[in-house]
Amino acid sequence: MQRILLFIYQYRAFFTFLFLELISVALYVQNNSYTGARFFNSTNRLAVAINNFTYSIRDYFALRDINRTLAEENRLLREQLQQYRQGLLYARDPVIDSVRIHQYQFTSARVISNSVGRFTNFITIDRGLNDGVEPGMAVISPEGIVGKVKVSGNRFSVVTSLLNVDVMVSARLKRTGHFGTVQWDGVDPDYIPFKYLPRHVQPVVGDSIVTTGYSGIFPEDLMIGTIAEIQLAQGAPFYTIRVKLAQDFRRLSYVQVIRNRLLPEIDSLELRVPDFNQ
Amino acid sequence: MHTAFCFFYVGFFLRMPVDVNPLAGMVAAFLMGLLVDVFYDSPGLHAMASVLFVFLRHYWLRLLTPQGGFDSGARPALTQYGSLWYLLYALPLVFIHHSVLFFTEAGGFQYFWTTAGKVFASMIYTVLVLIVLEIIRPPKRI
Repeated sequence: MQRILLFIYQYRAFFTFLFLELISVALYVQNNSYTGARFFNSTNRLAVAINNFTYSIRDYFALRDINRTLAEENRLLREQLQQYRQGLLYARDPVIDSVRIHQYQFTSARVISNSVGRFTNFITIDRGLNDGVEPGMAVISPEGIVGKVKVSGNRFSVVTSLLNVDVMVSARLKRTGHFGTVQWDGVDPDYIPFKYLPRHVQPVVGDSIVTTGYSGIFPEDLMIGTIAEIQLAQGAPFYTIRVKLAQDFRRLSYVQVIRNRLLPEIDSLELRVPDFNQ
Repeated sequence: MHTAFCFFYVGFFLRMPVDVNPLAGMVAAFLMGLLVDVFYDSPGLHAMASVLFVFLRHYWLRLLTPQGGFDSGARPALTQYGSLWYLLYALPLVFIHHSVLFFTEAGGFQYFWTTAGKVFASMIYTVLVLIVLEIIRPPKRI
């Protein structure tokens, strides 16, 4: 026993090293799971205060851009409102289910911290549990999709950016309706690869890539980007496609968080089919 | 490319006295790493790389001891030991720190060349900034 203690004491530097590294690895691994890490992230009060301050300075200089985006968004919303009114006029459903009309609930949020240069990029926004923002909800901007909420504090949330190699979003070639997956490769924050488009489809440079709505997180037909480059290797089953993102992630300022009110129903239905997710 | 990062907080570890207790050094590195992690939303990542940094620094300094040894309480400074010595001291440590950081963040080696590019670009950026900081540091009081 004494010799063991002596041994540990002799190599105490190494054991301290091992111990601290284990804590670090445990923290990191735990945080990568969906609900992990409540404390050591940027929803922490001090970090929020500092991030808020730096972003309030940046906000001032970005006002002109922000106003332009907001005006554009207003225009888009009015347009859609009109479309829905028209749609309602011609709705032939014998009974109109109001939940279907109000299926998606929007919350507007301001970005207070953002990055684009890392492999795993995150965005901190100024809405949290008190504002009805919960982990798993979709985040979009007027120009395109942005990411999914990862952790929510009472007043702030951390969003996993679309520019994160761990995020996959089901996407569709709008013109033909064929679906695939977008997943970032960590190279260029302006482009994202669109995978698994079968070779019998004929995509064209400039085609729009939109969301499918399959996961129930993002509503259908939200813009992701347009095709910038198409390659088809000899004998490969799928195209290699580079998509130019509609949203420039380097100037993200205001975003919308979306709650799908019907998601619990979709999830519980899919759970009743035993092999659904295989 | 948008790939060079400047993690000049490692300069704090490089400037620690040569005879600092390695245990205290590692605990300080751990806390410093966690503080950085708070702002990068990567709890544990910078802490891990920093603890490794200080652990290796302890042995690296033993190999690099100049003739006659260090004075007690001396800090490894560029102005005192020369720029060549400083580069030899700082570069490998920063390289290992950045490699651990970026490869862990990428979740392995599947993006090898992109990650390696990031490691090299960031290493050069960080070391350049560290050298500038070393040079503009006001002369020490006598």
